Amino acid sequence: MFATKDLAEYLPLLARGALLTVEVFALALVVATLLGLGWALMRVSGVPFFAGFAKALINTIRGIPILVQLFYIYFVFPDIGIQLSAFEAGVIGLGFAYSCYMAEVFRSGIEGVDPGQVEAAQSLGMSRVLILWRVVLPQAFKIALPPYGNTCVMLLKDTSQASIITVAELSFQGKLIASSTFKNTEVYTLVALMYLVMCVPLIVIVGRLEKRFGRK
Amino acid sequence: MIAIRDVRKSFGTNLVLDGITLEVTQGEVVCVIGASGSGKSTLLRCVNGLESYDSGEIVVAGQRVDRDKHHIVAIREKVAMVFQRFNLFPHRTALENVIEGPVYVKGEPRAAAIERARALLVRVGLAGKEDEYPHRLSGGQQQRVAIARALAMQPQAILFDEPTSALDPELVGEVLAVMRLLASEGLTMIIVTHEMGFAREVADRAIFIDGGKIVEQGPARAVLSAPQHERTQDFLRRVTHPF
Repeated sequence: MFATKDLAEYLPLLARGALLTVEVFALALVVATLLGLGWALMRVSGVPFFAGFAKALINTIRGIPILVQLFYIYFVFPDIGIQLSAFEAGVIGLGFAYSCYMAEVFRSGIEGVDPGQVEAAQSLGMSRVLILWRVVLPQAFKIALPPYGNTCVMLLKDTSQASIITVAELSFQGKLIASSTFKNTEVYTLVALMYLVMCVPLIVIVGRLEKRFGRK
Repeated sequence: MIAIRDVRKSFGTNLVLDGITLEVTQGEVVCVIGASGSGKSTLLRCVNGLESYDSGEIVVAGQRVDRDKHHIVAIREKVAMVFQRFNLFPHRTALENVIEGPVYVKGEPRAAAIERARALLVRVGLAGKEDEYPHRLSGGQQQRVAIARALAMQPQAILFDEPTSALDPELVGEVLAVMRLLASEGLTMIIVTHEMGFAREVADRAIFIDGGKIVEQGPARAVLSAPQHERTQDFLRRVTHPF
């Protein structure tokens, strides 16, 4: 099916796309994780304003397709004076959308911690912040790890949606090559395999972490 | 040392504490007995502010237990608690569990806290288990780590909330032995328990609670061996002769 000549011709282009995919993924993951943790902490804060705000935000963002969010950031934000490159819009859009999924992952982790743990910490005279930092979050992290890993893999694949606002990542390059060469089978098979290859290290890393923290 | 005056508390329409008045003096060991749902655990949890109460007053070492955060923290540093399900921090070793309070709440130097913690673990019979994680310890061992964790705060009193109820029968003895030791050393203890033999032997005073009220109290031997009140007699009969 594959001619070596074709491979040599497409691979460099696809590799460049894959590199951009990894960049978008890594940056969006940082945004999503930090914001997601923030939303989750607001939701469990016990402060009605923060909890309500985070809940409303999460449900709104989860209810809008990522594609539409990307359009919005890329095409509508300039109207209110915020001009972003396609790359920036992609990172922010994906990071923001995924922060809401991450928030729910973290929240379920935090709420999954045995309430007796908090009581034990309280009875030692620990403050709320200390309890969160020393008792709840370390245990919540362990509970949240498997769904967190799952969400990471989804984010990696969803970076392909950034192609719609012209971020030249892997699927974008694939589409360009396929439409100019008509070698759909070869190109898209390669693209699919490359996504798969990128997911594998992620799955392995999360698996290792689970094992390491599961032991304790 | 601990004064409870006419404390009332309800969960919704369910009146759990119905005017409890109780004075515990320094060095006294008080056992609280009663059927489940009688309010004895709730009473214990009110003393260190894990639970709030609706009316009345609780004063611990001159400090009123109320909603003020600083008051509650001050009280928790004086009154430690041991739980039915141990509630050790599973992500920390036995030693780390014991030094957690001294180092992170009281700001004790780590080296000094570790030294004290090692001595405490020896005292509860767990020398050599310092670096074990809780899930590698038996229930009895976990509860003894929890007692060491409570002692590490150098409290003036310890509250025990059914400390042996979650243990396999053969592990109950080792925990009671540690508690007996503490009682003999003059530590103030309030113990919610179903171990009548232990209560009779170790406690200075026994309190029988039913329906959120203290029905009967007095010297442990008297209350547990020759109860005066009909409901106490009935309860003790059911506990000692369940079949």
